[in-house]
Amino acid sequence: MRINNHPILDQKKEEEEEITFTFEGKELKGFKGETVAAALIANGVRVFRRSTKDNRPRGLFCAIGNCSSCLMKVDGESNVRTCMKRLEEGMEVQRQEGEGEI
Amino acid sequence: MTEEKTEIERSLTDDLLPSVERRKEGPYALCECHQRIPCNPCLTSCPTGAVSLDSINDTPEVDFDKCAGCKQCVSACPGLACFVIDETYSTDSALVTIPYEFLPLPEEGETVNGLDRKGNFVKEVTVKNIDSFSDNGKTKVITVIVPQEAVHQIRNIEIREENHG
Amino acid sequence: MLTTEIVVIGGGPAGMNSALAAASQGAEVTLLDRNWELGGQLVKQTHKFFGSENQFAGERGIDIAEILSERVHDNSRITVRKNSSVLGIYHDGVLTFEQDDKYKKLTSRQTVVATGAAEKFLSFTNNDLPGVYGAGAVQTLMNQQGVLPGKNVLIIGAGNIGLIVAYQLLQAGVSVEAIIEALPEIGGYEVHRDKIKRMGVPILTSHSIKKAYGEERVEGAIIGEIDSSWSFIDGTKKDFKADVICLAVGLSPLIDLLHPLGLEISYVPNLGGLAPKRDEYLETTISGYFVAGDCAGVEEASSAMMEGNIAGLSAANSIGYKKSFQEKFRNNRDELRKLREGETAKEVRAGLGEVRL
Repeated sequence: MRINNHPILDQKKEEEEEITFTFEGKELKGFKGETVAAALIANGVRVFRRSTKDNRPRGLFCAIGNCSSCLMKVDGESNVRTCMKRLEEGMEVQRQEGEGEI
Repeated sequence: MTEEKTEIERSLTDDLLPSVERRKEGPYALCECHQRIPCNPCLTSCPTGAVSLDSINDTPEVDFDKCAGCKQCVSACPGLACFVIDETYSTDSALVTIPYEFLPLPEEGETVNGLDRKGNFVKEVTVKNIDSFSDNGKTKVITVIVPQEAVHQIRNIEIREENHG
Repeated sequence: MLTTEIVVIGGGPAGMNSALAAASQGAEVTLLDRNWELGGQLVKQTHKFFGSENQFAGERGIDIAEILSERVHDNSRITVRKNSSVLGIYHDGVLTFEQDDKYKKLTSRQTVVATGAAEKFLSFTNNDLPGVYGAGAVQTLMNQQGVLPGKNVLIIGAGNIGLIVAYQLLQAGVSVEAIIEALPEIGGYEVHRDKIKRMGVPILTSHSIKKAYGEERVEGAIIGEIDSSWSFIDGTKKDFKADVICLAVGLSPLIDLLHPLGLEISYVPNLGGLAPKRDEYLETTISGYFVAGDCAGVEEASSAMMEGNIAGLSAANSIGYKKSFQEKFRNNRDELRKLREGETAKEVRAGLGEVRL
């Protein structure tokens, strides 16, 4: 689900470093420095967390840090805005249930 | 499907087209830009001073005596609304030059689908040449050979899949 | 405590121009932006911009972002702080922000707020399903991160943003099923509309979305035609299979940072929502606090750049950097007026009348 050929944008991905991270314990590939949310979407992940009240699935919505739809648990920390958090090697990403743990 | 019921399909009118005599003389630009928006690259890109805008919100007017059909405006127009037409190519065929920002690109000589302003298939057409001017060449300027009768109909092309696996 | 003469909050087209304009007058400027690169929403705009040479007409947003960002970084009077989210502005003039997980404080003599706008949301059944994205998110994923948001997209809203996103999706190889628009006419520029019509994308006006459906993620949407009282008309229901529903239903000014200071605001639908009152120098009702760009009222990037110039020049002027101020101010004001003269800016002009002091 990545764009390999674009008529306007320069292709940067080839120079970028491919790294491994985990989502719910499963190993996935992403690129260093892209957002955690983008890496998840590229891997086909849509459900990022479950809502506090009705346990409904939630995913990415605004992608610029305005809303709270993409909050997840990253390296043990809850409520991380995954649309702003940049991916690093070995990151452990988990779905967040409700309000998360503080 | 109810498609934009209020919209009046704007057809080319005589006041937009050059005179019959001018059309027989060679290529000319058509700016299919009918709404007053603040924009002027058609004017600033024209090397012969053929495009005029009284104010930045005006729609462009082309002086066909000055227009050389050089295609610069096709490449420069942010709205991708400028086209160059050459009705003198041959008795049966004319040339239509369009802006194109998609991949894959066709090759010169390739057969592509000629589409109208609504994306409907009109006719198979042949790519004559592909130019790029400003903007690091990202907006390609593609000239296709079309039947004379479709010269004011075809405004887009579509790659035929069989040519690009 | 950090100090600066002028702080500019937000590094989009308005903020970068504010910083450059103030610095050109001789002021020392700090530019704060929450992202890791400057440019605001420009960094995801792959299309060429309208306007005139002064607003980089004909250049693509992504390229304008680079040009302006380079100018800002090269300017020795401007200190750029990226990854910096402003948390609050207090009555004693102290601004707090978080930069790279550190809490910091800053005082300044003048403040320019150029925080942009937030996307509006729309009420329909299952609007929280994963796969319902704001148009900005679709652009961020595709054009900044190089990731496809999905395979088949239904776009809600035929203003400029909806039309532009449709074109960008097509360029990325994604299928756009349709654009639906609740109003009887599209709101965006005709040239943007024509670009996507030539690609065969249907635009359905007087249509709205009733519900999204899908198991854990969007699989499709039910849409229908609406009448003049915005009720669905019986028998017009259509089912669109789509894995992405892209909401392009407008923006509202992000002016939250100034609310606690008690600035005067007004609800102006033509400007996107709650907009700050300001004088012709773009100073709000709180002395020393200026606004520029979408946070002052949602418009085009070209007018945001001009407003940025005005706010930056004015902020510098009020602390004594007066170099040909009146002349520069007038030039920018006149240019901005020209941009707003067209028929497409009619609502904006009416809206501005309601917030001008």
